[in-house]
Amino acid sequence: MTPGLINANPVVHETKARSVRTESTDENSVDEFDALEIFDILSQSCNHLNVVSEDDIDVDNKSSHVRVTFTPTVQHCSMATVIGLCIRVKLMRCLPPRFKVDIRVAPDSHASEAAVNKQLSDKERVAAALENPHLVEMVERCLQERDG
Amino acid sequence: MENSGFEPRSNGLEKLSMVDNSREEEGRAQGAAAESNGNGIGLGLSLRLVQELEGHLDRVWSVAWSPSGHTLASCSGDKSCRLWENSSASASSTTWRCQAVVEGGHTRTIRACDWSPDGKLLATASFDATTALWEKVGGEIENVSTLEGHDNEVKSVSWNSSGSLLATCSRDKHVWIWDVQPGNEFECMSVLAGHTQDVKFVTWHPTKDILVSASYDNAIKVWTEDGDGDDWRCVQTLAEPGPGHTSTVWALSFNKDGNRLVSCSDDLTLMVWDTSADLYDSSPDHALWKHVSTISGYHDRTIFSVHWSRANGLIASGAADDSIRIFAEDREQSSTEPGGSTFSMVGKEVKAHSTDVNCVQWHPTNPRILASAGDDGVVKIWEVIGNLSLLG
Repeated sequence: MTPGLINANPVVHETKARSVRTESTDENSVDEFDALEIFDILSQSCNHLNVVSEDDIDVDNKSSHVRVTFTPTVQHCSMATVIGLCIRVKLMRCLPPRFKVDIRVAPDSHASEAAVNKQLSDKERVAAALENPHLVEMVERCLQERDG
Repeated sequence: MENSGFEPRSNGLEKLSMVDNSREEEGRAQGAAAESNGNGIGLGLSLRLVQELEGHLDRVWSVAWSPSGHTLASCSGDKSCRLWENSSASASSTTWRCQAVVEGGHTRTIRACDWSPDGKLLATASFDATTALWEKVGGEIENVSTLEGHDNEVKSVSWNSSGSLLATCSRDKHVWIWDVQPGNEFECMSVLAGHTQDVKFVTWHPTKDILVSASYDNAIKVWTEDGDGDDWRCVQTLAEPGPGHTSTVWALSFNKDGNRLVSCSDDLTLMVWDTSADLYDSSPDHALWKHVSTISGYHDRTIFSVHWSRANGLIASGAADDSIRIFAEDREQSSTEPGGSTFSMVGKEVKAHSTDVNCVQWHPTNPRILASAGDDGVVKIWEVIGNLSLLG
């Protein structure tokens, strides 16, 4: 199965002008994250399909909580759970383990919104999926697309 | 892709969004109110960390005490089980050590484990679709049997009270009942179909051959053996549109007498069920199990584990909010509903693990000892501090 064929002619979106951020050079500063940083992490993968924008990311450093809302390219995109899985894997690798991550499809953006959200929030199914070589390969491919 | 287990499924329910701090406040308020509510112990219990047991290389999914309480088994995403024992007679002394690492039997995550009632066999359920049986043979732990049959991940395993039956459940939506035969032979007795989504948890009634299963389809199902044996059927479903959970049911636990069952869910609630009705009664208007109480407003992320102590009567719950909470049934019931009960939180450990708490298990005989397991790869032994004598 070739995921690329599901949406063979994706609309490629312009990346909008980014807000400027000053980076702390203090090595001892508390490792705080903001939406832009999370967006940077994610834009290394699925951004060009406009799946996630900076506005769809909420970060609460105090409670170590990140919420990402993504918009599948088409209403019946069967890749929605795989895209969600990619986002989760990416954040799992980049954020400290104390972070709680909730990943959801944008309201009304997908025909099986509730089912996709439920599946993405079930960590047992996520764990099992990430032991599936076929799916892991698909996720890795998705995460490497930008670099490749 | 069809078998990936990660394509969209039908009908799920909306889950919480951001961490809702007001909910936590509400929970605290309810907990505080409980101090003057019935049993008078209020928030009087606390958990003292006895020891952290480190060694697993991945998240620990589940722990199980041997029937004597001498050994604690833990299982993990690192595909191994570890057996922990205390060299001292006191479970609350800091002398727990890993006595054995059980590995090589599974090729994927070990999701759950359970000891046979005689403590001789350990059953392990794995994402590799098999259930393995382990026995101590001359100082070594040997894999004496492997049960194959499920189509994909096995998620829970449970022995019945006599040790004659073993139940397993899987993402394949089925529950299997295995007949335990001499010589470590296990024969599939029945395959139970009824859940519409993956089955997360199975447990047996503490004295009767009644099996209860919990699922991603939000339902709890109760199964009994047909009159002439060998076949099993669902005799009751605890789910909406009646009282029931509104999201995945992750775990179940009976109280000591088997007249109560508690369930925990992704819907952030615990539900207590009256299970005193005899479901083997075949008369047309026989009584059914019924909802008694919903405990809500405490955990603010998925509740993965619940366990009703057979030694102290308390309910412990562990959740993705990293906390462990302890609940007691109120002695003086203020409920207006006949047969109703209320429960109050009597203790909590807000940061029990640095990440999700996946499992909590009370010691089988010592009323003060609790074990927990988390995504942080650590198993913890806790001692309950406070007056347990006020409990019913």
